[in-house]
Amino acid sequence: MLDLSKYSSIGEAVRDALETWSRDVCLYESDRGEEKQRITYREFKQKALPLAKWLQDAGFQGGDRASIIMTNQSKWLISAYAMFYCGGTLVPLDYKLKPEEQWTLLKHSGASVLITEYPIWRQLSASPARSSVVNITTVLVTEAPANADLSRAIRWESAQGTGQPAFVPRNRQDLACIVYSSGTGGTPKGCMMTHENYLEQCIALTSLYPFWPGVNYLSILPTNHAIDFMVGFFGPFTCGAAVVHLRTLRPEFVREAFAKYQITYVSLVPLVLKNLQKGLQARFDELPPGKRRIFERLRNINKAFTKRRPILPLSRLLLKQVHAAFGGKLEAIIVGGAFTEPEVLQFFYDLGIPVANGYGLTEAGTAVTVNDLHPFRADTVGKPLPGMEVRILNPDAERIGQVSVRSKTVMAGYLNEPELTAQTIVDGWLMTGDMGRFDSNGHLQLFGRKKNMIVTEEGKNVYAEDVEQAFQGLPVKEYCVFAANYIWPSRSMVGEQLVLVIHLEYGQSLTDELRREIAARNNRLINYKRVRGIVLYDDDFPLTASLKIIRVALAERLRKLDRDHAISTI
Amino acid sequence: MRTLDQTTQEILELAAKHFKAAPGSLHAEDDFYKTLGIDSLQALELLSRLENHFQIELPDYEVQGVSDFRTLAERVQARL
Repeated sequence: MLDLSKYSSIGEAVRDALETWSRDVCLYESDRGEEKQRITYREFKQKALPLAKWLQDAGFQGGDRASIIMTNQSKWLISAYAMFYCGGTLVPLDYKLKPEEQWTLLKHSGASVLITEYPIWRQLSASPARSSVVNITTVLVTEAPANADLSRAIRWESAQGTGQPAFVPRNRQDLACIVYSSGTGGTPKGCMMTHENYLEQCIALTSLYPFWPGVNYLSILPTNHAIDFMVGFFGPFTCGAAVVHLRTLRPEFVREAFAKYQITYVSLVPLVLKNLQKGLQARFDELPPGKRRIFERLRNINKAFTKRRPILPLSRLLLKQVHAAFGGKLEAIIVGGAFTEPEVLQFFYDLGIPVANGYGLTEAGTAVTVNDLHPFRADTVGKPLPGMEVRILNPDAERIGQVSVRSKTVMAGYLNEPELTAQTIVDGWLMTGDMGRFDSNGHLQLFGRKKNMIVTEEGKNVYAEDVEQAFQGLPVKEYCVFAANYIWPSRSMVGEQLVLVIHLEYGQSLTDELRREIAARNNRLINYKRVRGIVLYDDDFPLTASLKIIRVALAERLRKLDRDHAISTI
Repeated sequence: MRTLDQTTQEILELAAKHFKAAPGSLHAEDDFYKTLGIDSLQALELLSRLENHFQIELPDYEVQGVSDFRTLAERVQARL
C-alpha cells in the first residue's frame, strides 16, 4: 500500500494510486447480477480528470464544497476524486433522506455544486424546499433519460472539460469532508473531517485489516457513510484493491455477488448480518438429520481449532459449502454502524467467518476500537486501534464511565456549531456520549448511552429531538420524545427504542381517536425514526424561562416510574 | 391494462402470500413495515416478487421513502 504518512491529502494519495496500479481493476459495476463495466485505475483517471477540468472551468476552486447524493456506484467515486483533485471539500449526503431533509443539509453545508442521480434529482427538483437554497449553483445529474426534463441541471456525462486540470494541493488540516452524523430536524451535525483524519484512520485500519491488489471489496453500505467511504473507497484505492458495486441491495443479488467476485471483505450493518444469519440457519435446519450431524461435528472441530485465532484455510476446508457460498475468499465481514449482539458475531465466527466487530462514530473518524481476532471476542468491541487514546471518564464502582477519545482521527468540530463543538471536544478529548469500561485484557465493553438518542440496527442515528417535530400540534397539553434507555439507563446497547411522553389536558384521556392521530403522525416518519411506545405523565413538564422543556429534569422525574408499566405500545 | 385498484389488490395478495399474512388482512393504506413486521431488506424481497409478477423492472430507489401499499402500487402502475 502507499505510505500514507507521506501524504497531505486524499486527492494526492489517490492521484498516486491511479499511477501505481494503473493496469489493475479498481471498480466492478454490476446491475441485477449482470456486470455492466469494470474500470482500471487508468480508466478511472481518464474518466475523472475531464470532470475535474469541467468543474474548474465552471469556477470550482480549492476550498469550495461539492455535495454527492448518489447510490453506491462508480460515478460516486469518480466524482469524489474529481472534486478532491480540484482541492474541494466533499459533502456526502444520504440518498435515503427525504428531499426536504437533503435540501436542509445542502443549505447548511454551503455547497455550491451538487452531483446526483436522475431519479434522486427528479424528487429533489420537485421539492418546494429547493427555492430556499441559493448556494447550490451547479447541479450535475447522472444517467438521465434522453428526453428528461433536467430542471436546470446539467448532464454529468456531458461535463467534460478539455485539457489538463490543475491539481490543487491541500494541507493535512484542511477540510476534506463534511459528514452529517444526524440531525436533519433539530441541529444538523456536520462533522468537519480533515484530510489528516482520513489518512490516519486508513493507516490504523489497514494495519489490522490490510487491503492488497487482488482484494475485492463489496460495497453495500451507502458510500456517504464514513465506513464505506473508508473501506469502500479510500482504503482499497490506496492499496491497489478493487471495489464491487451492485446497484441493488436485494438479498438474491448480494448473495450471488459473493461467489461471482470472490469477495474478500464486505461491510454490513447489524440488521443485514442478522438477516444473513437467519438465512443460513434456515438452510442448516433443512439438512437431513445425518448431514446435520456431520455439519455440527465439523463446526465443533472448527470451533476447537480457531479458539485462539482464525485459521481460514482450515475453516474453508472443514466447512467447504458454507465458505463456497461466500465465494471462498472471504477474509472478514466488517460490521459497523450500530451495536451487534454477541450471539450473531459468534454464529459467524464458529463457521470460520471472522467478523471485524468494532466501535466507532463519525466524529472520531469512524473506528475507535476493533476486534483484532487474537482471540476473537464476541462480548467486546475490541481494543483501541493504533494511534487512538481511549479513556473512561468518571468511572463508577463497576469502572463504567463515559468513553472519550483523543486521536489524529477526531474531527475538527461541527460545522457552524462552536458551542456544540466545545461541549463535544473538551481539551482535545472527544466525548462520545457512550458508556463503557475496559476489561483486564484491554478490550472495550459498552454499556449504553448518555445521549438522548438511539442507533438502529440499520446503523441510523436518531436523535429524539429530531422526531418531535412529527407531533407538532398534537392535541395534548405537552409532549416530548425520549430514548427509553435515556430515561431508564439499561446498560444495554440492544433493543433501543424511542417513546413519546404525553401530558394530557386536565380531564382529557387517551382515547382511541388520539391514539389513531398519534399513530398516523408516527407513520409519516420514515420507519426507523418512529416512536415505539407512549408514556403518560400526569404532571407539568419542567420548563425554562423561555418555555423550553428541560429534558434532563423531565427524564429524572420519569425515571421514578416503572419502565415496564409506564410504556404502552403505540 | 390493469387499473390502480387492480394493481393494489394484486400487490396485497402477493405480499400476504410472501410474508404469510392471512388473505384479506392487508389494506391499501397499511404501513407494510408495521403490518407485516418486516425490515427494509424484506421490503426489497417483496420488490423482486412484484417484478416477476408484473414483468417490470423496479429499481431499489422506487421504494425509497415508501411505506404503504397504495404508494407502492402507484410506483408499479407507472411502470406497467
